[in-house]
Amino acid sequence: MPDSALQSGGLREFRKGPDLFRALCWLAAAATVAALVWILWEITAQAWPAIRRFGLEFLTSDKWQPGRNRFGVLPFLAGTVSSSLIALLLALPLGLAVAIFLSEDFLPLPVRQGVRFTVEMLAAIPSVVYGLWGIYVVIPLVQKFGLWAVAAFRDIPVLNVLFGKPAYGNSLLTASLVLALMILPTITAISRTALVAVPGTLREGAYALGSTRWEAIFRVILPTAAPGIVAATILALGRAMGETMAVAMLIGNSSKLSWSLLSPAGTLAGLLANQFAEAADLQVSALMYAALLLVALTLLVNVAGEAVLRYTQKKTAGVR
Amino acid sequence: MAVVGIPAASAQAQKLTGAGASFPAPLYQRWSADFRKGEPSVQVNYQSVGSGAGVKQFMQGTVDFGASDAAMTDEEMTKVKQGVTLLPATAGSIVVAYNLPGVQDLKLSREALAGIFLGKITTWNDPLIVRDNPGVELPALPVNVAKRSDGSGTTYVFSRHLAAISPEFREQVGVDKSTDAWPVGVGGKGNEGVTALVKQTPGAVGYVEYGFAEHNKLSMAALQNRSGRFVKPTPESGAATLAGAELPADLRVWLDDPEGPEDYPIVTFTWLLLYKEYPDAGKRKALKDFVTYGLTEGQKVAPELGYIPLPPPVVEKCRAALESVQ
Repeated sequence: MPDSALQSGGLREFRKGPDLFRALCWLAAAATVAALVWILWEITAQAWPAIRRFGLEFLTSDKWQPGRNRFGVLPFLAGTVSSSLIALLLALPLGLAVAIFLSEDFLPLPVRQGVRFTVEMLAAIPSVVYGLWGIYVVIPLVQKFGLWAVAAFRDIPVLNVLFGKPAYGNSLLTASLVLALMILPTITAISRTALVAVPGTLREGAYALGSTRWEAIFRVILPTAAPGIVAATILALGRAMGETMAVAMLIGNSSKLSWSLLSPAGTLAGLLANQFAEAADLQVSALMYAALLLVALTLLVNVAGEAVLRYTQKKTAGVR
Repeated sequence: MAVVGIPAASAQAQKLTGAGASFPAPLYQRWSADFRKGEPSVQVNYQSVGSGAGVKQFMQGTVDFGASDAAMTDEEMTKVKQGVTLLPATAGSIVVAYNLPGVQDLKLSREALAGIFLGKITTWNDPLIVRDNPGVELPALPVNVAKRSDGSGTTYVFSRHLAAISPEFREQVGVDKSTDAWPVGVGGKGNEGVTALVKQTPGAVGYVEYGFAEHNKLSMAALQNRSGRFVKPTPESGAATLAGAELPADLRVWLDDPEGPEDYPIVTFTWLLLYKEYPDAGKRKALKDFVTYGLTEGQKVAPELGYIPLPPPVVEKCRAALESVQ
């Protein structure tokens, strides 16, 4: 680029290798940004008729009825958020525990490497395979659990709503359980890297001051690794919200709102996958609007995550 | 003819592209394979993308022919400049499949059928179901309705029947390709999605096309037809329904609630969508040959794939309509 050459050193000669490389990098970066802008522009343009017609009511209405040209995504918005949060709630403690276990010397190194490899392999399984596994393994289990839970929690407030009748196998709970497994490797791998990166001197210092291993982990190592763990959580949440195939196969794809974890629900990604092929006119536009919301939602999570990350980094900066 | 060389060249390798309904896809793909054996120069490529997408692509002119379980609406047809010829190409039954361990021959009255899909009947030992099944041990399982989560011609035809037999369904739910307005049900994508739901959930009930249910060995309910008799879905009962069909000039007809005593109540044609004019003579001839093959020889393989062959009078009308394609 002639202007970047100007910026970096005035009227000096064009150096073939470095300048060409710089130009290529610049181009690649610009292309990435341009692709994002293009995607957003295209989706927004397609969604425009629905945005004009429904406005913000699109987010608050629970009626998704293509036959009557009425579109509201509240049930899918709620399903996306709740399935991802439940999955995170289940996967975070588990993933963190695995990460701590793998970063400490409880077991000989080869064994730990084996466990680590296995957990990370979970990320390599295609989504549709998780869906099939969910159909044949998780659904029957949730069905049995559901029948038991409905009877057991009948008279306990709150729980009798969360585990209300009728109990289905294809439900929010099933989708959340499988999602939890799917995001487990993300949480484990990134948290483990963060834990391993904690300087050895900190650990030694803690022991020197008389900490037990327990205290060293919880008072020193975890707080120091917090930014990495937060990053892991955010990435995992993002993956859970955008996950399509496995969720569409398991969640029951219902547009009815329900408080029960045992009811079928729906997600934005699943809605798009299910209905796009057969959609026409305003429905296409409404689906694009839903896609835009999904993008906005994941963007929001990432921005919030970035903010938390910076904050915790600042707080733990002193000990690094 | 200035372009005399071109038709000759294109007659050597003619490619036809079609897209649309998933319901008749196995049959059309079979026709394509069989037809090519006798006519190696013509290659027919049918993509099973769904009726709605098929109509869309046909209207945009990106395919040589379309296919739809819901035919086309008048409004859609007026948007096609070259004009549209609708041809019923095959037909099939939609069955109510269920999963009740130990129950072989379930009978469902019109009232019970509508009640189940309106969410009013919630357990299998409901008096409305017990009444028509004397001697059958019906379990106290909850009724789990399985439905389509994608827009579908199968749903459209099924809801047409429900709306015809139940004023309540017509008013509260209505006829639609989507099931989003249904008061109950778990959604599965495609016939295979609903089949999986029914297969693995004791107490489940759903609707799929006959070929699918037969292939997957699902139990199918006998449904009560307009004359009050309970009829099992079989090739014969489906053929009986078709025999009573009166085709209008545009060959678009719905058998929402057939009258004959032997008729299976939920049977539908599925349509090929052709343009009235094909400027390319080679393409026109190849397409006409292929469709003629489907309407004649092709009907013979229909039963083994779970479809109902068209009755001869229907084939005659279709061939006459095909003649008018220029």
